[in-house]
Amino acid sequence: MLDTLYEITGSLKRNKLRTIATGFAVTSGLFLLIVLLGAGNGLIHSFQYNMGSFAFDAIHVYGGITTMPYEGIKEGRRINLDTRDLNMAKTSFSRFISEAMPTLETSGLNVSYGSKHISGCEFDGIYPNYAASQGIKMLEGRFVNDIDIQQKRKVVVIGSNSVTDLFKGGETAIGKILNVSGISYTIIGIFKTNEMSNSTTFYTPYTTLSTIYNRGRFIDELTMNINNIPTESAMNKFMDDYIHATSQIHSFDPSDKRALWIHNQAGDNIVMQKAMSILNTSFWVLGLLTLLSGVVGVSNIMLISVKERTHEFGIRRAIGAHPWHIIRMVILESIVITATFGYIGMVLGVFFCEWMDKAVGGQTMDLGMFQAKYFIDPTVDLHVCIQATIVIIIAGALAGFFPARKAVNVKPIDALRG
Amino acid sequence: MITLKNIHKTYKSAQPLHVLKGIDLNIEDGEFVAIMGASGSGKSTLLNVLGILDDYDEGEYYLGDTLIKNLNERKAADYRNRMIGFIFQSFNLIPFKNAMENVALPLFYQGVSRRKRNAIAMEYLDKVGLRDWADHYPNELSGGQKQRVAIARALITHPKIILADEPTGALDSKTTIEVLDLLKELHQQGMTIIVVTHELDVGQQADRIINIIDGQVCHGKTEYQENGKTK
Repeated sequence: MLDTLYEITGSLKRNKLRTIATGFAVTSGLFLLIVLLGAGNGLIHSFQYNMGSFAFDAIHVYGGITTMPYEGIKEGRRINLDTRDLNMAKTSFSRFISEAMPTLETSGLNVSYGSKHISGCEFDGIYPNYAASQGIKMLEGRFVNDIDIQQKRKVVVIGSNSVTDLFKGGETAIGKILNVSGISYTIIGIFKTNEMSNSTTFYTPYTTLSTIYNRGRFIDELTMNINNIPTESAMNKFMDDYIHATSQIHSFDPSDKRALWIHNQAGDNIVMQKAMSILNTSFWVLGLLTLLSGVVGVSNIMLISVKERTHEFGIRRAIGAHPWHIIRMVILESIVITATFGYIGMVLGVFFCEWMDKAVGGQTMDLGMFQAKYFIDPTVDLHVCIQATIVIIIAGALAGFFPARKAVNVKPIDALRG
Repeated sequence: MITLKNIHKTYKSAQPLHVLKGIDLNIEDGEFVAIMGASGSGKSTLLNVLGILDDYDEGEYYLGDTLIKNLNERKAADYRNRMIGFIFQSFNLIPFKNAMENVALPLFYQGVSRRKRNAIAMEYLDKVGLRDWADHYPNELSGGQKQRVAIARALITHPKIILADEPTGALDSKTTIEVLDLLKELHQQGMTIIVVTHELDVGQQADRIINIIDGQVCHGKTEYQENGKTK
């Protein structure tokens, strides 16, 4: 075997142009495949990052103002969600709604600490699961817990951007007491605010806010976590049913688009997932086509090379080479070329992806109201690289096999004359 | 060493060409035989049959005690490798291998290790006086040197016969003599040699001339030979 390899490398070394021509097709094919997939992954990763702060399976419902008369009630009426909506979500739609949480919002509050203050703040009264469902990441301290809810503690979780506004650098915020439009709250935790949610929102227990501002059974926002809704059409059906059911409670026309404000992240996510999978598929198709062009290049050159070497094969057969010796030699040559140059293409591709990552990866784009990263981790799974290399090696072997088999099917004397 | 009985060969094409029309031939061990004939007489076809490079339709061909008939390509390759040494008009050396590697190549197909076959190849190159040219490639050698490399390659497997197809056809008169001397030397060492040629000077070096005319062995002197003599 080692001897055969030596025989092959000898032949490859002496036919440099042919070797390099074949190799180039392989190297460029694999390089382009990996760079394309890497770039595609960079885009997809950046989508995922930019969407990362949102819960992918949540639907948020707020009360709106009717624009259609319904059963003798005039339009222009405000719809206020209340505990009936919460109960309905928990019972009638339990198959699709894994969790339903009420949220209260109080805005226009002034928050001050010492001499510093922020005006126009929003306090959200929430339940502990809100953090998980909204993908809130804690940097320090803790989020609102069940005991806070039970005891209606006056505690608050504040955003990292508010910390920089209210506290001097290096000063600990946890445990400090904030004055919120005349009411004192103790800071229990700091959550990470990212470019996408650059607002001054504070989180406090639902029961605390409900009691302080005397909100009774009313709810500002109903957050529902969705499951068992895999497709866009299933989502549309669910929304129709849900709006119809809500219209029964609050007596409005189900076709009135303004009676409820709905922010359907779960639905958006389904569309998003679909878009990403289309993007991913198209990058794969492009990549496989480049790989195919590499395979075609190898096949072409093997075809020509075998034809060119008919005479050499004739000599070899005259002095005792079995047909199988010839076929094996051609296949092994092809494998040696594709493996070597495929490996080079793979390494170059991986390095190029790494370079892209260094050069443009993680750069942010200012979209005015928020900033988004548009290229993150543009790399390809090593398994994919290796699989692609194996594919092109197998293709190279086949590309060698068929013309070689054809070449040894002619009589040795015809090969010698050729 | 070689026995041919009623060998027939027809090239099948749109117009079938009956080339060998019942060749009967006996070549003894250690003989130096020249096969002569005009072009189109069938002498090359006969050589191809003798060299197991081509098959025949009818008759029997014994090489030593082995019947050479309807062999698969693998078996034929083995017989060529072990029993026949080829010398061609156009040398048929592999251009990207140096002299030593060319000589050693038949042993590669016998599975001899590289070190060993290269050592043996050097011995044979020495025999043909080309030891110092071992690492030269064919395009760096003269015609006579190439043919001597080819002869070394033909000898390396200790074949039963040497088949030479116009071995001097591409050489000038001086190197022709060199190559013929080498063949005669081999003959003296007991090798069976069959040369196909249309040059009478070459044919006359042999013990025996077999004339092929129109696909058959011609006994007695031919017009061709007479003409050749007068040249």
